[in-house]
Amino acid sequence: MKKDSKTKKITKKDVKHIASLARIKLTEKEIKKFQKEFEAILSHFDKLGEVKTEGVTEISQVTGITNIMREDFAKEFLTQAHALQNAPKSKDGYIQVPSVLKKSE
Amino acid sequence: MKKTLEIENFTIKEIHEHLQKGKFSATELVQDSLARIEKYDVKIKAFLTVTDDLALNLAKKVDSKITKRIKLGSLEGIPYSAKDVFCTKDIRSTGGSKMLDNFYPPYDASVIKKVNEAGAILIGKTNCDPFGFGSSTENSGYFTSRNPFDIERVPGGSSGGSGAAVAARMGVFSIAEDTGGSIRQPSSFCNVTGIKVTYGRVSRHGSMAYGSSLDTVGHMGRTVEDVARILEITAGRDEHDATSADKPVLDYTELVKDDIKGLQIGLPKEYFPREGMDPEVAKTVRDAANTLDDMGCHIEEISLPHTEYAIASYYLVATSELSANMARYDGIRFGYSEKGGKELRELYERSRSEGFGDEEKRRILLGTYALSAGYYDAFYKKAMQVRTLIKKEFDEAFKRVDVILAPVAPTPPFKVGLHEGDPLSMWLEDAFTVTLNPTGCPGLALPAGFSKSGLPIGMQLIGPQFSEDLLFRLGYHFQKKTDFHKKLPSLIEED
Repeated sequence: MKKDSKTKKITKKDVKHIASLARIKLTEKEIKKFQKEFEAILSHFDKLGEVKTEGVTEISQVTGITNIMREDFAKEFLTQAHALQNAPKSKDGYIQVPSVLKKSE
Repeated sequence: MKKTLEIENFTIKEIHEHLQKGKFSATELVQDSLARIEKYDVKIKAFLTVTDDLALNLAKKVDSKITKRIKLGSLEGIPYSAKDVFCTKDIRSTGGSKMLDNFYPPYDASVIKKVNEAGAILIGKTNCDPFGFGSSTENSGYFTSRNPFDIERVPGGSSGGSGAAVAARMGVFSIAEDTGGSIRQPSSFCNVTGIKVTYGRVSRHGSMAYGSSLDTVGHMGRTVEDVARILEITAGRDEHDATSADKPVLDYTELVKDDIKGLQIGLPKEYFPREGMDPEVAKTVRDAANTLDDMGCHIEEISLPHTEYAIASYYLVATSELSANMARYDGIRFGYSEKGGKELRELYERSRSEGFGDEEKRRILLGTYALSAGYYDAFYKKAMQVRTLIKKEFDEAFKRVDVILAPVAPTPPFKVGLHEGDPLSMWLEDAFTVTLNPTGCPGLALPAGFSKSGLPIGMQLIGPQFSEDLLFRLGYHFQKKTDFHKKLPSLIEED
């Protein structure tokens, strides 16, 4: 496996794109600031390219457990009032959201 | 009339003995904590929310139990605080972020439920870096907490409010969480004892998620004995957290008394670099090693060669995981919701842009980048492979030694504002703590000494998975031999 090459420079366009993926709107000032910071941070992360990782499996579950199952039965957990108590907008027991589908003319 | 009692260095056991004998009441005990908050918190700023009425009502019930000679729970009447990332039913829980400024959880986190059922009394929610993102509380959406040993300096983070509260004896212990050092580093900075448990030892249900394969729920207290006692209550399988371990909960307070002679302790040479490390920290930890040697342990040097890659690996894994966990803050079911937008995407973007602070945005963006198409292999996958190598290294080390001894932070507590404008330099403060969470192993941080100017320096004892009993045993005996943990901040001694 070829040695990992240095990460390419991150552009303002990249930052804007990532922000859009993360559903965050950034100001021009923020885009500039994050671009600068990411350059330093990513250049530190480049270090990982030095490590030989051919054939190394990735672990994310460090205590060796897999697929914990339980019986499928319903249980009381929250009342409807409790479940709605933090909703910014609710009506008739539903959480209200802006329209997702456009009305057809 | 709230007044303080002279119980600053009482353990939970001693407090209980005094309660049973009627030396003071639970109400007076709670009033002691509330009086300290009233007197010192304007300077220390440990608390976001103080639950005084609730606490006093619960204290009344405990006093009635004592009068009726009803058996007391193991934490009955003990005032405690909880880091604001824990859901406390109907009590404001902000996570340290403006995103949840108006959030009132409809349920208690499992750890909170357990501790309450054992009789402990919640006195308030402590300040922290938002969702755990930070090492000083300077990223909190509210304010920076201060170190009771020197209020120009940070208490550490992200559980800085908890560390400061326990140090200033506002409450007897604090429930907190550690994803990359967030319990251990503030414990070290505030001269208290804190446990980062094995991954899954304590349920994460109701703890606001940061990095789901790294997060651990633990606590901070005055002594190893107290910390052990609390873990007896909080540990165990929880049906609400599928990653919680099905391992038996040990009798930690009994096991601490076993002998420590002959235990093999490893000092990783990579944890004592010349660059970036304060020589007083290195000396303090080596002196602690000598003390353990005098007590009959065997010290040897070990090597953990992938230590230098731990920060990069950790931050890539952590930011990737948090970018997914932060997606739930969308202005729809809870949390900050911007009212001006007309359609869905606008609602998401505005709510998230206005509700999140800089550090939340920084980390979400990095994680999103690391997972995005074209970068996944170079970043996330690579970081996960390095994680495997770090874990293997620890497993190998534990074949040679029983426990690893290491510094917690490269310096004593730093001044507020030191890392302003340089987020990477703040991340580098975590060099000795982020190595642990990717392995799932437990780490016990405890006071090891002080700098010449009186600033706390802690150390950490690290063990194989589920070896908390071993760490407590060593720590307990160390605290019998030394009294660093008893030193109080001069701020509160000035009475």
